[in-house]
Amino acid sequence: MGTFIARRMLYSIPVLVAASMLVFFGMSLVTDPLSQLRLIPNLSQETLQNIIDRKHLDEPIIIQYGFWVRDMVFDGFGTSAIGDNPIWPDLKRAIGNTLQLVLISEAIAVVLAVILGVMSAKKQYSFFDYTTTTISFFGFSVPIFWFALILQALVTTFFLKTGIRLFYTFGQSNLGAANPFLDRIQHMALPIITLAYVNVATYSRYQRAAMLEVLHSDYIRTARAKGLSERAVTMKHGLRNALIPIVTVAALNFGGVLGGAVITETIFAWPGMGKFFIDSLIRGEIYTLMAWLMVTAIAVIVMNLIADIIYGWLDPRIRYD
Amino acid sequence: MTEPVLAIRDLVVEFDTPDGVVHAVDGVSYEIYPGETLGVVGESGSGKSVTVLSALGLIQMPPGRIVRGEVIYKGRDIVGLPIDQLRKIRNKEIAMVFQDPMTSLNPVFTVGDQIAEALTAHNEKMSKDAARAETVGLLEMVGVPNPDRRYDQYPHEYSGGMRQRAMIAMAMANKPSVLIADEPTTALDVTIQAQVLEVMKVAQEETGAATIIITHDLGVVAEMADRIAVMYGGKVVETGTVDQIYHTPRHPYTLGLMMSLPRITGEMKRLLPIPGNPPSLINRPPGCSFHPRCRMSEGRELCRTVVPDLISGAEDHPSACHFRDEVADELLREAAATGIAAQGGSLG
Amino acid sequence: MTDQQVRIDEALETEATRASLDSVHLEGLEIQSLTQWQLARRKFLQHRLAMTALIVLTIIFLAALFADWVAPYPFDVPNVPDRSLAPTLEGFHIFGTDKIGRDYFSRTLYGTRTSMYVAFIVASLSTLLGVAVGGIAGYYGGKLDNLLMRLTDLFLTLPFLAILLVLSSFLGAGNPIRVAFILAFLFWTTTARIVRGEFLGLREKEFVEAAKVLGASDNRIIFRHILPNTVGPIIVNATLTVAAAILVEAALSFLGFGIQPPFPALGKLISDGQDSLTTQWWLATFPGLTIILIALCINFIGDGLRDALDPKQRVK
Repeated sequence: MGTFIARRMLYSIPVLVAASMLVFFGMSLVTDPLSQLRLIPNLSQETLQNIIDRKHLDEPIIIQYGFWVRDMVFDGFGTSAIGDNPIWPDLKRAIGNTLQLVLISEAIAVVLAVILGVMSAKKQYSFFDYTTTTISFFGFSVPIFWFALILQALVTTFFLKTGIRLFYTFGQSNLGAANPFLDRIQHMALPIITLAYVNVATYSRYQRAAMLEVLHSDYIRTARAKGLSERAVTMKHGLRNALIPIVTVAALNFGGVLGGAVITETIFAWPGMGKFFIDSLIRGEIYTLMAWLMVTAIAVIVMNLIADIIYGWLDPRIRYD
Repeated sequence: MTEPVLAIRDLVVEFDTPDGVVHAVDGVSYEIYPGETLGVVGESGSGKSVTVLSALGLIQMPPGRIVRGEVIYKGRDIVGLPIDQLRKIRNKEIAMVFQDPMTSLNPVFTVGDQIAEALTAHNEKMSKDAARAETVGLLEMVGVPNPDRRYDQYPHEYSGGMRQRAMIAMAMANKPSVLIADEPTTALDVTIQAQVLEVMKVAQEETGAATIIITHDLGVVAEMADRIAVMYGGKVVETGTVDQIYHTPRHPYTLGLMMSLPRITGEMKRLLPIPGNPPSLINRPPGCSFHPRCRMSEGRELCRTVVPDLISGAEDHPSACHFRDEVADELLREAAATGIAAQGGSLG
Repeated sequence: MTDQQVRIDEALETEATRASLDSVHLEGLEIQSLTQWQLARRKFLQHRLAMTALIVLTIIFLAALFADWVAPYPFDVPNVPDRSLAPTLEGFHIFGTDKIGRDYFSRTLYGTRTSMYVAFIVASLSTLLGVAVGGIAGYYGGKLDNLLMRLTDLFLTLPFLAILLVLSSFLGAGNPIRVAFILAFLFWTTTARIVRGEFLGLREKEFVEAAKVLGASDNRIIFRHILPNTVGPIIVNATLTVAAAILVEAALSFLGFGIQPPFPALGKLISDGQDSLTTQWWLATFPGLTIILIALCINFIGDGLRDALDPKQRVK
């Protein structure tokens, strides 16, 4: 197991390097900082030159890449082009905020999906199965932003009609709230519901499919033939095998969620990675954008690694390859 | 006259499919007596596996269902028993070994744990250590080398033959009265087959279990069985001792099987396969299910309209053919055509 | 019993058996042998949900295609006297009107046309590219496979939506074709993975070996032997890509980065109606419901296709 992990970790390093190159050179293909900067009105020649110096924009692109990597590793991604603000502190805060949302919604989604998926598989073709299937299909046919908007509208209408603030539709917290903990939850609820819903839909289909396949396998028949109770057969023999795909899928997906909650965060004005990204994009802050991209790439690579390790731990067959 | 330890009486099992109702088991009856080995022979789709699986309640119901029939184990009908009682019979009284040991073992648990599980499922008071010790003993009995080390290994670390031995160990763990082996050697190489059959014989001797071997391999059956039941199209068409079935078959299908075997000894002019295909179990031919492929039938009305019963002739073993007395002559005719030695309605 | 097996059986009937078989009756042996496609088509037609979805989708498709004739009003012409109407049968404003009197049913219809147009291009392009890359990687294997797969993996490490936003922001979108190209640029990776998996598996099958022994060229093996067997998963994947493309395109235009005025876009319609959700709910709701309906239909069709084309899925 140890060598397995070590090998996977070693493999991640070139991927990281390749990702950094993709981000940097990809960005340079798509846009040119100099011409972007020149478009900004009221930019004094002095400021412009200052930026060129700081970001080495007069050097060949490979050199620029080198400086960028150096900044990334040693200086928290350096500073933004315009304004010279250090990137990392804001980015770090954004990461923290998004993690709050994402960890909770993923956890809820996985637990719900496993329960729904396993029950649907056991009671295949039953009313329960058809209902959950329909809700799932609905779940991955719904545009997230629309779903979020409708949630907001419903909560707002509810408030307008009854005067009760069930949840908040904007922001992270209200200053000076009586119970900051409750206040935070009320702010998080809607974004979490939004994120969780789509994931539950996808994951539960996965889980159902995996469970069905497992339940029809020969070793389940052997387990029954041994005289084990249905519960032992399903829970012990079945689930143990059926959890493998979903755990790996969830882990892999999680890596992407850090950068994938863009829409949800924008609509709910949650100050996380999504909002950070859109703001940088609108302002044309190239270096901030690249920092964002690298962080998300690193998250994905790390989660891929963790997913591989979990998979190896759960399934003895692949440990020895 | 001893009582059979397991008797299947007129079992009928059907499956609902989008294409229609599949009559997988169509009135099957046979028995097995303590200590003997019964070979159940037939092609794929003859219903031989579904029969025993239904007996233990191991088929999916729905879409399958047991329409009627009894499975009498030690005097008690186990069809329709509630699941918690059926559980007590599985593995402890009637144990099964399945065809493909790779897929029949759970890949995420160690082999040892899976065998031990069979023990603890029926002996709740057994401690983990006791179960482990006994499992190691079982592994040894079936000839797995280094049993203590092998206990902690996973199925994918075992070879095919070893896996099947482990399955046999699992089946014999609680010293059942009946062991059912469903195509135990089909997925194995020929050399390994012989070893596994040996192991089964040993296991049988140790425990005195009555054994049902289900197979399409006539060689395996000749090696292991005392009596044979031949199945075709969801029915039993002939039963008898090994000697009777191999030398004096009294059903055209059995005859066809024996004729189609290539022989090493003596001279053989040509092979004589059974023409046609196994019947559809959804749209069954009327009358005798074998008649479309039967060389003897010649389209006779009786064959085409009336289902023959499995009954014995004057001095013969049971056979389900309207014209069972003609089989002896047919035997001589076909033997001559192929060059196999035969005499007086009996194969050499 | 496939017709293949019947033919083999017939071939095996030697002279000897025929001689002794003069009066063998073969009744009761009705073997209905259908080709794979007939089987698949039959299964699909039996899938009621998929059939219903197909009909609904076709209606929507045709309505959108002929929007110029079907829509009661043009897309972008204000009609102030009729502004801010809730859905009503009067004047056939069944989806209501906005603040300057534009009929939302027509707007939604035109928006749907753009969405379908883009989604179709995305699915076609990404499928072509995906099949090409995946096929080459899967068939030739080895270093080429490794390289191509690493490349695809790399694409996948970066967040989909973010990349799309960056690309459309800097490369300039607004135009449906541009958006389609940008989307296709990222969608091909899933198809590639699936196709590669299929090719890798099928490459090892005996019929490929047999074809090679008969002297078939690589090209012939790929196009005549392996590719037809992968058409199933490819079609299913392409269908789901259409659904995904519609959703993503809507998200992009909602954020303002995708299709922009003067081209109609469902996402833009929703964002226009965003602020008045509690008062003029119909503005954002109907375009959204339309997207849901289309995506649902496509998903059901995809499910039906999967059932029809993959025999292992259906539980006996």
